[in-house]
Amino acid sequence: MIALIIVLFVAGLYCILVTRNLMRVLIGLELLTKAVTLLLIVAGYATGRQALAQAIVITLIMIEVVVIAVMAGVILSIFRHTGSLDASNVKNLKG
Amino acid sequence: MLSLLVLLPLLGIIILNLPLGHVMRRSAFVFAFGLFLIQIALAIFHYPGLLSSRLYVVKTFFNADFAFDHLSFIVLLSIGIVSLTSLVVGRYTIQNDNDRFNFINLLIIASIGMCGVVMVRDIFSLYVFLEVTAVSAFILIAFEKQKPALEGAFKYILMSAIATIMMLSAIALILLATGGMSFDTIRQAIFSSSNSFIVKLAVGLFVCGLFIKGGLVPFHGWLPDAYSQAPAAVSVLLAGIITKVSGIYTLIRLVTAVFGFTEGIKGALLLIGIVSMLFGAFAALTQNNFKRMLAYSSISQVGYIIAGLGTGVALGVIGAIFHFFNHAIFKSLLFVNAAAVEKQTGTIDMDKLGGLSERMPVTGATSLIGFLSTSGIPPLAGFWSKLMIIIALWMSGHRAYAVIAILTSVLTLAYLLTMQRKVFFGKLADSFKNIKEVEAGFAAAAIVLALLTIGVGVFFPLVFNFYLKAFIR
Amino acid sequence: MILDKLLLISVVFAALWTVMTRSLLKAALGLAVTSALIAVILFRLDSPLAGVFELSVCAGLITAVFVSAISLMKPLTHKETIALSRARIKKYWPLPIIISAVILIFSASTVPTSIRVLPEAMEQNVQNVLWNSRSLDLFGQIVIVLAGVFGTVILFRESNKKP
Repeated sequence: MIALIIVLFVAGLYCILVTRNLMRVLIGLELLTKAVTLLLIVAGYATGRQALAQAIVITLIMIEVVVIAVMAGVILSIFRHTGSLDASNVKNLKG
Repeated sequence: MLSLLVLLPLLGIIILNLPLGHVMRRSAFVFAFGLFLIQIALAIFHYPGLLSSRLYVVKTFFNADFAFDHLSFIVLLSIGIVSLTSLVVGRYTIQNDNDRFNFINLLIIASIGMCGVVMVRDIFSLYVFLEVTAVSAFILIAFEKQKPALEGAFKYILMSAIATIMMLSAIALILLATGGMSFDTIRQAIFSSSNSFIVKLAVGLFVCGLFIKGGLVPFHGWLPDAYSQAPAAVSVLLAGIITKVSGIYTLIRLVTAVFGFTEGIKGALLLIGIVSMLFGAFAALTQNNFKRMLAYSSISQVGYIIAGLGTGVALGVIGAIFHFFNHAIFKSLLFVNAAAVEKQTGTIDMDKLGGLSERMPVTGATSLIGFLSTSGIPPLAGFWSKLMIIIALWMSGHRAYAVIAILTSVLTLAYLLTMQRKVFFGKLADSFKNIKEVEAGFAAAAIVLALLTIGVGVFFPLVFNFYLKAFIR
Repeated sequence: MILDKLLLISVVFAALWTVMTRSLLKAALGLAVTSALIAVILFRLDSPLAGVFELSVCAGLITAVFVSAISLMKPLTHKETIALSRARIKKYWPLPIIISAVILIFSASTVPTSIRVLPEAMEQNVQNVLWNSRSLDLFGQIVIVLAGVFGTVILFRESNKKP
């Protein structure tokens, strides 16, 4: 079980680090969030506080939806400016 | 009463967004202005209550406790002042009416988030309000949809999301170790089982997440881009208060009240503080872009605050908190001036500017005061807080760090002097012969901030007696 | 018991597929599948409400957001896709290896169910907790959804002026 959580973390991180496509970064982030959700529920299960853990997870899911929506909006706006989803578009500011 | 700080703005937003036609849009500015004034008034109003007891815990409408102590007072005050400044700057720099309405709404939401962060006593509610602040910051950076701003916003969102994941994992581990979420529960659990691996991992993860949010080295990657490319009013808000409340205030609160000053935490804070100080100062020396230079300067100043916190002695912590307040004031002032320059001349490239103080005397003068305070020149406010931090570093045995702090102060003076010279003194470029000073309201914001810096500095003995002494436990 | 093990393994495969698949749309779909499987795991861990939420919001709403955002962007041309996919294999092959290593290292540990802190805590149900003791979080959720609405409207709208 813990192995699964760590696998999800690793997969998500790898996805973010390796990809050149901006939307995939979002997908990697989502995977990381799933991992944390599982971690929270497992922690709740282990200490007997499922109610608290579920309340936390529900709030967390709501917040994540908003973050994902805003991030997708930003990526969409970048796409409208440059016509591509390549990560090299966001490496222009230097210094 | 304290819950008004979060309830009133929400009510306001709902009212503002009712489909009543243009009436609401026109009055948005006035409403927000009044709101932030009320916020400052509430903060000051609750202050006398602190003279009797050190912590003022209020059971609110939400069945959760809101706490108010000396630290909260100064941070709430800073939030009110910087939000007000940002609002005024926004009024003059955002041309489109629609954009301005959105800006004001998002500003109010950010304010709700920050007030919530300051007042909660529960680590998960802290996370919730941190996210509220962060989301409104993301949208604020990106809302004018210029390409560089979108890039800055994207980097900020990514780094902030990674910080969120770290903090949430820490919260999960805390749940595992302690079974509760409130500050008191966590503090007791940490005292009773301070050698547990899970607790240490949780604290470490959470603190790392906060370092990312606060823009400390080596997690500062998003900061220069976000600060320099955001619209002018948003830069004021970001630099003056958002990064600081999200990262620095939370660190101060958690380390002093919950996690405790273990050797590991102190060492990490000191190291990262000193490295941030140096890195920020050196990077600022090489910048041509006005706002980018100010962004690196912010990293450097925040390094001071963290180093002061890391000393673990009372003087260091007091110095850190005082520097927090001063930085909110003088950094906002410098960004307001940058906004003024950008608005009137259309560029923030320092090589192209020059001699502006002839045509923009108020901006030039207030910028002078701002940078003197940042470099720590007496009798301005920045001098006192830096002095306290340096003395604390020296006293707690970290002599080398104290010397580095003094040297960084000199570096700060150097790059800011260069900025002042390049932008305001010197010869006036031909293309700028016809620019005028900014409007009265805009200039008033800068003047008020400058007066605050001067006032706090000159009246420092009073400030110390009345207020800072109360921190000494 | 066997069902649980099967669940865990299928989540690993679903996540792997999500990361490594070529097309963006398939990745979004993979995310939805992963979410659904995780929701089932949550049900098995005595957290029905969280499972329902995860299923409806993550597997539903977020996938809708993804798909709508992706469909608003034009796809790559055929040549670009082939070139990109060749480069992909080179970048992504370490991932299954890393994951297998992680599983081997960590499969010894299990969920420590012996840490039961407060037995009476099991009596509370989620509704109670959410409404009474954590109503501040609900307030935070309302505010953040408000901010999200603003953000979506601002960012997804086609701007009329060209920068």
